Amino acid sequence: MSAAAPAPASGSGPSSARRIVGAVIHQPYIWAIVALLLLLIINLVKDPSYLGVSVNAATGNLSGNVIDILRASAPIMMIAIGMTLVIATRGIDLSVGSVMAVSGAVSMEFMNNSGGGDAGTAIMAAALALGISAVLGTVNGVLVSVVGLQPFITTLITMLAGRGLAKVITSGQNTSATNEPFRWLANGTVFGFPVIFVIGAVIVAIVAILVRRTALGLMIESIGINPRAARMAGIRPIGILISVYIVSAVLAGIAGIFSTASVMTVEVAKTGLNAEMDAILAVVIGGTSLAGGKFSLTGSVIGALLIATLDKTIVFLSIPSSATPAFKAIVIVVICLLQSQRVRALFARRRSRTTPSAPVPTRKETVSA
Amino acid sequence: MAPTEPIVEMEDISIEFPGVKALQNVRFRLFPGEVHTLMGENGAGKSTLIKALTGVYKIDSGTITVAGGPRSFSGTADAQNAGISTVYQEVNLCDNLTIGENVMLGHEVRSPLGINWKKTHEAAHEALVSLGLGDLDPKQPLSSISLALQQLVAISRAMVTNSKVLILDEPTSSLDANEVEGLFQVMRRLRDQGVAILFVSHFLDQVYAISDRLTVLRNGEFVGEYMTPELNRTELISKMIGKDYGALAALGSNRGRAASADGTPAFYKATDLGRKGSIEPVDIEVHAGEVVGLAGLLGSGRTELGRLIYGADRPDSGEVTIDGVTSEVHSPMAGLSKKIAFSTENRRDEGIIGDLTVRENLILAVQARRGWARPLSRREQNELCEKYLLELNVRPSDPERPIKNLSGGNQQKVLLGRWLATKPELIVLDEPTRGIDVGAKAEIQEAIAALAEDGMSVVFISSELEEVVRLSERIVVLKDHRKIGEIVNGPDVTADTIVDLIATEGSAS
Repeated sequence: MSAAAPAPASGSGPSSARRIVGAVIHQPYIWAIVALLLLLIINLVKDPSYLGVSVNAATGNLSGNVIDILRASAPIMMIAIGMTLVIATRGIDLSVGSVMAVSGAVSMEFMNNSGGGDAGTAIMAAALALGISAVLGTVNGVLVSVVGLQPFITTLITMLAGRGLAKVITSGQNTSATNEPFRWLANGTVFGFPVIFVIGAVIVAIVAILVRRTALGLMIESIGINPRAARMAGIRPIGILISVYIVSAVLAGIAGIFSTASVMTVEVAKTGLNAEMDAILAVVIGGTSLAGGKFSLTGSVIGALLIATLDKTIVFLSIPSSATPAFKAIVIVVICLLQSQRVRALFARRRSRTTPSAPVPTRKETVSA
Repeated sequence: MAPTEPIVEMEDISIEFPGVKALQNVRFRLFPGEVHTLMGENGAGKSTLIKALTGVYKIDSGTITVAGGPRSFSGTADAQNAGISTVYQEVNLCDNLTIGENVMLGHEVRSPLGINWKKTHEAAHEALVSLGLGDLDPKQPLSSISLALQQLVAISRAMVTNSKVLILDEPTSSLDANEVEGLFQVMRRLRDQGVAILFVSHFLDQVYAISDRLTVLRNGEFVGEYMTPELNRTELISKMIGKDYGALAALGSNRGRAASADGTPAFYKATDLGRKGSIEPVDIEVHAGEVVGLAGLLGSGRTELGRLIYGADRPDSGEVTIDGVTSEVHSPMAGLSKKIAFSTENRRDEGIIGDLTVRENLILAVQARRGWARPLSRREQNELCEKYLLELNVRPSDPERPIKNLSGGNQQKVLLGRWLATKPELIVLDEPTRGIDVGAKAEIQEAIAALAEDGMSVVFISSELEEVVRLSERIVVLKDHRKIGEIVNGPDVTADTIVDLIATEGSAS
């Protein structure tokens, strides 16, 4: 069921390692992996020590470009995972960027007003932020499933309203706060690894287990492929749709905490800006179709890593900032092209053409009347 | 007629899908001015052969000759350019356009200022007239006419491109007798104009009424090509299923079995069950181990009643008692939890989840009833698959294949398995035998009879009245969205009894 599960063995022969490689090669996200490696190689060519990871002898912290990429990928990973589930149900969640801003605004404002710098305040702030994110997700879910509005329109509304809400919460200010435990979420380390990435990875694992070890994934895919048939088979689409939008919003809330905690400031106009685009791109690069249905969480995680690496590479290659969107667009268009049905069919045809087979004569002629 | 040269000749066609040989060295010829029927069970390779001819599938070996020249089709456009048009089982037209626009789509009459809509509609009218459909207004929206007429519009559309070859893939599966006759008139007219027609149907009567020539396929292999008058029905069926015909005949014995066990309370009882705009309040009872048939013409409300029983639509009147307990069944989930199952007539839109595997499709309803938090283990899933794929003789029996790659009859069997796996006490079967061949039909009818034998209550809906009479103990007759009568089956009840009832009620109301 899981996309990462190796294909069932057909006969004996290839070792299990080879079988796993074989299974990965046939995954739609293979090009994302290739692109990821390619970007790293480009960076390596520019600076042979690019992939080096050093250990700070005093603190035991790891540092290096790879660690930076992992750190930067955590928020994208969160929203990409949520987006994957929403897209699998034939929906889309454009509001994730705004939810990030709301979540950041709520936590900063709370800590700024309470003034406490202890862990309790940090936990309260995070809980409050996630609670309000969940409320926004519920609004999305109810409007989509019960009222039957288009997901695109519904989440476009919450996207605009969310950004406004964030501004109202902070009275239009970029609120800052001081709270060491909260800052630790983004800048701290455990066993040398950045906390932010560890938390991200744990959350991804929890969502993956929740979706793939229960029947939730099967039901989400059924609804995405054929909602009417899914309902007739006894699945309750409303509950699943609402949950999916709530999960997406809560994960966006976590992403909001991640991205504000590193600077301990919420920039209401900029936090999470265009984040929905990164999330959608990560999902698409990861091989989940925007038409809904079959989804791959592994693919979306790889997509998120790719986008973080791409952002980092753009800075590292000192591409002028005015050209960065274009550069990013080109890389992503190429990946999407390589994944498209047509290009895959072309490759398949070329492969079969090289194998010897009697060519079928082609002759153009019109049928005589 | 005197066919001289075939317009289409397919020689030694083989197509292989991963793990299956869909077609092996099949040959097929089409002559101008002839109706040629392709016969075979589900999964025999009829659809595959048609898709090879229309350019949907690439052939692995063999040659296709059209009008004397060898062809290789790498897409449907190539086939259309060669003069081959197809009208599929499910009409592929645009509901939101007018009849005329649909007929002329892609062939609009152009003037220097863009499309000349007036001339386009005139041309559409001409095309319709040439098929004897002159009374259709090309400016009406397509959605305003019946499915049968839409199909004729699809044929007109095919003929606008001056096709020499017309493929009709099960065009009659959702038509009633009058509509079929209308279609046949159009087909005969085209045949007389010299068009070669490839026809696929599971209704033997229709096959014998219209076709000049038959080609029989079995398990992807060519069995033979025959002139229709030279092959009688029994021979034809034996050639299709590869064994003696008799399975069907034996089924008749189920009929007349002790009717509803008098005295015992009904398992399912509804009074005044209805829904505005879909069916007027109906009383219906189903006993354990009883098959109740719902008979009536297309659109009489028989499907709607079935949906209300399961809760697919929310009833807005009526009282339901199940096993003596007053119950409310207003959603599929509620139906399932009351041990009711509903197998839809609309397999594609409401039945299968195409991209999922056979296994996932089969366990879906069981899983839905357990809820998402209690997943079936892989072992339990495999056990269910093994049991039902074997019991219902699903071919190919590989549970990990996407269900959309199975033939229609086998998809239907998987869906039947999905419902049986929920261990229902009442199962509503809406057209379970539509669009499947005699062999699979017999298997499904046998399965239904066996279920009732085991004590399951069955509500059986079919447009084939003979089938209803053969299987049911009681028949509820519907017309114009209401119940007009109930017949207790007996030796003197035939399909005509039902037809008479429907006809005499005609003037009432």
